[in-house]
Amino acid sequence: MAMPRTFFEKVWADHVIADLGEGNHLLQIDRLFLHDMSGSVALRQLEKSGRLPAQPDLVFTIVDHVIATEPGRGPEQSHAKSGAAMLRAARHGAAKFGLRIFDVDDPRQGIVHVVAPETGAALPGLTLVCGDSHTCTIGGIGALTWGVGSTEGEHVLATQTLAQTKPKAMRINFDGTLPAGVHAKDMILHLIGKVGANGGIGYAVEFAGSAVRALPVEGRLTMCNMAIEFSAKYGFVPPDDTTIDYLHGREFSPKGKAWDQAVAYWRSLPSDPDAAFDREETIDCAQIRPHVTWGTSPQQVVAIDGMVPDPSTVTDPGARGLMERALDYVRLTPGTPIAGVPIDVAYIGSCTNARLSDLRVAAAILKGRKVAPGVEAICVPGSTAVKVAAEAEGIDRIFREAGFEWHESGCAMCGHMGNDRLADRRVVSTTNRNFEGRQGPRTRTHLASPATVAASAVAGAIADARRLAS
Amino acid sequence: MEQFVRVSGIAAPLLRINVDTDQIIPARFLVRVSDEGIGEGLFADWRRRPDGTPDPAFILNRQPYDRAEILLADRNFGCGSSREGAPVALRQSGFRVVIAPSFGGIFFNNCFRNGIVPVEMPIEQIRMIATQVEETQGQGRVTVDLRTQTVIAPGGEVIAFRAPSLFREMLLEGQDEVGLTLSREPQITAFRSRDAARRPWAYRPGIA
Repeated sequence: MAMPRTFFEKVWADHVIADLGEGNHLLQIDRLFLHDMSGSVALRQLEKSGRLPAQPDLVFTIVDHVIATEPGRGPEQSHAKSGAAMLRAARHGAAKFGLRIFDVDDPRQGIVHVVAPETGAALPGLTLVCGDSHTCTIGGIGALTWGVGSTEGEHVLATQTLAQTKPKAMRINFDGTLPAGVHAKDMILHLIGKVGANGGIGYAVEFAGSAVRALPVEGRLTMCNMAIEFSAKYGFVPPDDTTIDYLHGREFSPKGKAWDQAVAYWRSLPSDPDAAFDREETIDCAQIRPHVTWGTSPQQVVAIDGMVPDPSTVTDPGARGLMERALDYVRLTPGTPIAGVPIDVAYIGSCTNARLSDLRVAAAILKGRKVAPGVEAICVPGSTAVKVAAEAEGIDRIFREAGFEWHESGCAMCGHMGNDRLADRRVVSTTNRNFEGRQGPRTRTHLASPATVAASAVAGAIADARRLAS
Repeated sequence: MEQFVRVSGIAAPLLRINVDTDQIIPARFLVRVSDEGIGEGLFADWRRRPDGTPDPAFILNRQPYDRAEILLADRNFGCGSSREGAPVALRQSGFRVVIAPSFGGIFFNNCFRNGIVPVEMPIEQIRMIATQVEETQGQGRVTVDLRTQTVIAPGGEVIAFRAPSLFREMLLEGQDEVGLTLSREPQITAFRSRDAARRPWAYRPGIA
């Protein structure tokens, strides 16, 4: 009998072109996504080298990072100084090499990690890379997807292969049932708080357990999005009926006989029952509450009824220094209850939490309510398709009537590209990084779920959505 | 790939945990049409005060660390964003080596491709090197030899490390990675003809 294998083992093995020794392999890369920032660099480097793309039909170009999202935006509008030039570089490269491009006027435009699953460009069992660390998001549909640098991106363009060191395998079991009002974002924040921002270094992480199986695909994408926030380059949920139903009929999904053949292959991919992992963690979901970060690393997180921790209780000098530095930056005092911390801005957007289900959750809270005076509230849908679908349901009206801005799709203010709008302000945000300066100069970011952000927008302070809902 | 064999130089201790690539190079420095001048953004928000003047307390603003070629760091260095501007900024600022207990995985790969060797080493040994560096006011040289995979501390202690064979050979020879892969063309073609028969949907998006 064959050795039991994990999902990761199976997918990795199916892509090995050559064994390069010492655990390094040359892999076939099934899909390459290029965006207007790192993708433009890879395209420029390829052009400079005089080489051509090896398999242009497997490459997707998209504009999301640099393009402005304000309503009525123009095709070269950007908050970044050289943004227009970068957008032109992406368009020039895609045209020169005959690559698909989802440009600003294309209904498929949006954030790479939202668009790849919703168009079926990403499929279970595929390898997919993009010059963007949150490419691990797409593992939520059961693919092996990871972030690369621009030079690695150029290598994939030129060869449609990439040499990688095989990581170890970790499984995280979310057992039990998630309590009402607790979401995928809370699960992943809770996990990162437990294993630490470096807990996943060197691992490919499978998310498993009854609570993950119960998550719709969009929740799984949210969870996998933040694998990189505990330094796991790869995160995934092996495919099941939920995944297969989600992908059926999408533009780049296989059709007819090819679909049946693909489904049969996908069903062979989940980890065998006795497959061994290098490390396993188990989380009891019944214990998870809504979570909010207090500091400048996603590991600096507390439950919504928790308090800003006290560094003086920490013995390791390095860890204590990290906490003290974070407290100084976020301007919070140990012992302060996190619920009730006043906010300046509420932000709903990003590849983490700006899909239709996220906007529905927020809209359910915002309906008939108003954003607190003095709070600026912004919603940036994760893709143009999400925006159109939300508008068809009247979600945009609920957001607008509550006092939210309603934007076009893109990465917008998740990262600071030059728009100083969030400078010096405290933001509760559905994004994935609360690093120093991430959203702007001296911006203090608190990561949370769309439910928590919507409730906080209404309260004018970090708030527990479960209380508001009742 | 820029060649690397051996470097002996000044080492700057920056022993902070979880230094993310947003700190190494803030995103606003990356929206540009060429890599030229990215080095000016290295640790920009730590290096300069809000008014734009250099912060004299920051190690890379102090002599002799402003000429450092080796950075001594703590665990999970280079976590976060995949931005290749991080190693580019380090290289443009004169660095050839970062020594840390662990690295963000994408940053680790990006380093080699920009002429920087990321050296993994237990924190106790890094602290020992940092102490020796500080005791000599930064004058004690640290040597990193990729051929022998050893680091020599200012006090003469020899510490072994492992660099992935894949990158080690490419760096020692200064090879072109794409050229090397393309030389495997027969193997790649054979793989694809087998694989496309088994997984046709992987090769033709939207195949019917």
